[in-house]
Amino acid sequence: MATTVHEPRHLDPRRAPDHGNGGGENSADGDRRLALDYSPPPSSTAIWVVLFAISMMFAAFTSALVVRKGSSMDWRTFKLPSILFFNTLVLFASSVSLEVSRRRIALFMGKVQEQVESPTRWLYVTLCLGVLFVAGQYVAWSQLRGEGLYLATNPSSSFFYVLTVTHALHVLGGLGGLIYVIRKLGKSSLRRSTLEAAARYWHFMDLLWLYLLLLLWVKL
Amino acid sequence: MHDTSAHAVQHHAPTSFIRKHVFSLDHKVIGKQYYALALAAALIGMVLSWIMRIHLGWANAAIPGLHALSPNGAPGGVLTPEYYLQLMTMHGTIMVFFVLTTAPFAAFGNYFLPIQVGAEDMPFPRFNMMSFWVTFTAFLVLVASFFLGDGPTLGGWTQYAPLNAIGSASGPGQGLGVVLWMISIALFCIGQLLGSLNFISTTLDLRVKGMSLMRLPLSAWAWFITSCMGLTAFSVLMPACILVILDHVAGTSFFVASGLVLNDQVIPHSGGSTLLWQHLFWFFGHPEVYIAIVPGIGIVSHILLANMRKPMLSQRVLIYCMGALAVLSYMVYGHHMFVSGMNPVSALAFSFPTLVITIPATITVLIWVFSLYGSRLRINSASLFALGFISMFVSGGVSGFFLAQPSIDIMLHATYFVVGHFHMVMGVAAMFGIFAGTYFWFPKMSGRMMNETLGKVHFWLSFVGTYCIFMPFHYLGLVGNIRRYSTFVDDFLQPLIPVHRLITVAALITGAAQLVFVYNLIHSRFRGKPASDNPWEATSLEWSTATPPPWDNFGGKHPVVYHDPYQYGVQSSVGDYVMQASPEQVKTDHEEK
Repeated sequence: MATTVHEPRHLDPRRAPDHGNGGGENSADGDRRLALDYSPPPSSTAIWVVLFAISMMFAAFTSALVVRKGSSMDWRTFKLPSILFFNTLVLFASSVSLEVSRRRIALFMGKVQEQVESPTRWLYVTLCLGVLFVAGQYVAWSQLRGEGLYLATNPSSSFFYVLTVTHALHVLGGLGGLIYVIRKLGKSSLRRSTLEAAARYWHFMDLLWLYLLLLLWVKL
Repeated sequence: MHDTSAHAVQHHAPTSFIRKHVFSLDHKVIGKQYYALALAAALIGMVLSWIMRIHLGWANAAIPGLHALSPNGAPGGVLTPEYYLQLMTMHGTIMVFFVLTTAPFAAFGNYFLPIQVGAEDMPFPRFNMMSFWVTFTAFLVLVASFFLGDGPTLGGWTQYAPLNAIGSASGPGQGLGVVLWMISIALFCIGQLLGSLNFISTTLDLRVKGMSLMRLPLSAWAWFITSCMGLTAFSVLMPACILVILDHVAGTSFFVASGLVLNDQVIPHSGGSTLLWQHLFWFFGHPEVYIAIVPGIGIVSHILLANMRKPMLSQRVLIYCMGALAVLSYMVYGHHMFVSGMNPVSALAFSFPTLVITIPATITVLIWVFSLYGSRLRINSASLFALGFISMFVSGGVSGFFLAQPSIDIMLHATYFVVGHFHMVMGVAAMFGIFAGTYFWFPKMSGRMMNETLGKVHFWLSFVGTYCIFMPFHYLGLVGNIRRYSTFVDDFLQPLIPVHRLITVAALITGAAQLVFVYNLIHSRFRGKPASDNPWEATSLEWSTATPPPWDNFGGKHPVVYHDPYQYGVQSSVGDYVMQASPEQVKTDHEEK
């Protein structure tokens, strides 16, 4: 795992941690033990750590939902607001646009494409779709309120709000990450690892939303 | 030469006072800040325990100053039963979270993990700084609840529902006091998650050339394993706290069952699952106690090795044992719930892994003991406290065998037997680990040696004192002394009051002994004998850098690691040891690659 020497993906040698000078000479004990020439960038490990923590949090909410549903006869199911399905498509589209922008950024950073507008444009599309998603979630909450379903009305609505609001807050955090990436790209100082971390986080929000939608659809 | 600048520290040497000492990005400063927080918290927690102990021995004693803090809770300075519970709750919360999780893990780990792997700093210094200040804010929020009109929450550090989910109907401090507790702990969880993020990334990604995973010092392994546990545990406690806050302020009913009437008030919530809180809490709570002790295991191993001057029987097995403790800790949490009304078959399912978890713990102790056998252990304050750790861990741990069995636990649950068990195995043992780490690493952190005579006085008073305090707890539990009672009114408890009085005297004396330590700490910081770079002739990377280390740890030169961290008992040009970063080759029986 971390002691494996990774073959870095082909990219501009100036981007490599050793600036294209090749791996360091071996060091230990004279028995040619593989030393760490290229460690994974910390942001790569870090984003997995973050995603794991978020997963555990939603796992806790899930188990709370399952137990609470089974503990009493007061669970009332309700129909999910139809806008949720539109929001799902919006979020999925934002993942697609993020992948498009990543390809463009790779070309730009490899000096194949000089201007920064095209990758930035696609990042802005992702950002807008993300904001549209959160706005759509707000519409969903308004629709529920219009039907008289508030946070404390019923345990099912409680979990609906808790899960969707928590997810939306994490999406907002992801938007902050995207803004950071856009700023760094504008200064041409965006690290590949930063972009990958932001992208992984964003795609995870997408997958998490699909899971939550399924959970709410089955249980609520 | 391998250039780590791509993930080198993202900050430069600080210049202003604020950047150097307050909002510092330097992991060493952050480590010291955590230590100071833990020290302040420990003193507050200790004073709370004194007040509790005085009240238990002398129920009508007027405690000076308490009336000013809470006229309702302590009219005339005499504790009401509710106020006793409030102080007890805060004692537990402060000690478990802000001392036992903070000092061995966040304080020493932040300071020494990057140095022990050879890095210049953690990979995310801003998150690291944030983690301390979030934790500090959590502490302020918790302490603020002392100053509420009806005081802090009284429901125990475990905050069981429904007592702690229904609001102020259940007693003083149960309204806003609980909400503040939940906010504080939720913030604490966030702080620890940010910390774990840095610890894991540092260990996996910032190791210097030659530092394979098996060449990490045992303390570094302990911090890494602990941060993995923290990641999983704290991310479950935080949502649980959020749900309780919602039950309090938003009228939801996650944890409150139907039909409750309390103090002639009908509780409006319904349908909730009270046992759900216990599952969520103890899923966090049991790994939490291992988070409190595993860093101590690593620190004690590290210190014993430096003082034994010979390798352990097996370092690898110690690492595997720490890993096994971490994994198993998630499977045993139901042993806190044997009498909660859950299915007895699940009691069996939790009892079995609880007994199994004693195996890696026992192997760890046996490795220590058999490594010590035949060694000529250097006796100093650090090694004495390390030995004391082993003693406390064993003495406290063996009572766990009894509690692990549901049939016995039915009698011993919620008695002083449990209180004695966890105080010895977790409280005192971890404190001894903190003390050992302090005496060992103080020279490196401050450039001065601590006073050895005072250290030994501190050790012997603490060692004898804590045995005098907590051993009688087991007897009290066996004869039926219930815990979390403020006074002992029942006939069968009256004869035990003299035992409580003796314990109180022991507690006050042992508490006074801790002031010896505080004096030593402060005095040595300014007047201690100057320390060399490697006063213990130790081998790990922290001893190969200057004392105290410069802001980037190694003065711009990245060390290269040639050896495993515990090459003691060899013949080299400097003595009976070889430092990890020394290229010198020596004859050795075994060396980790």
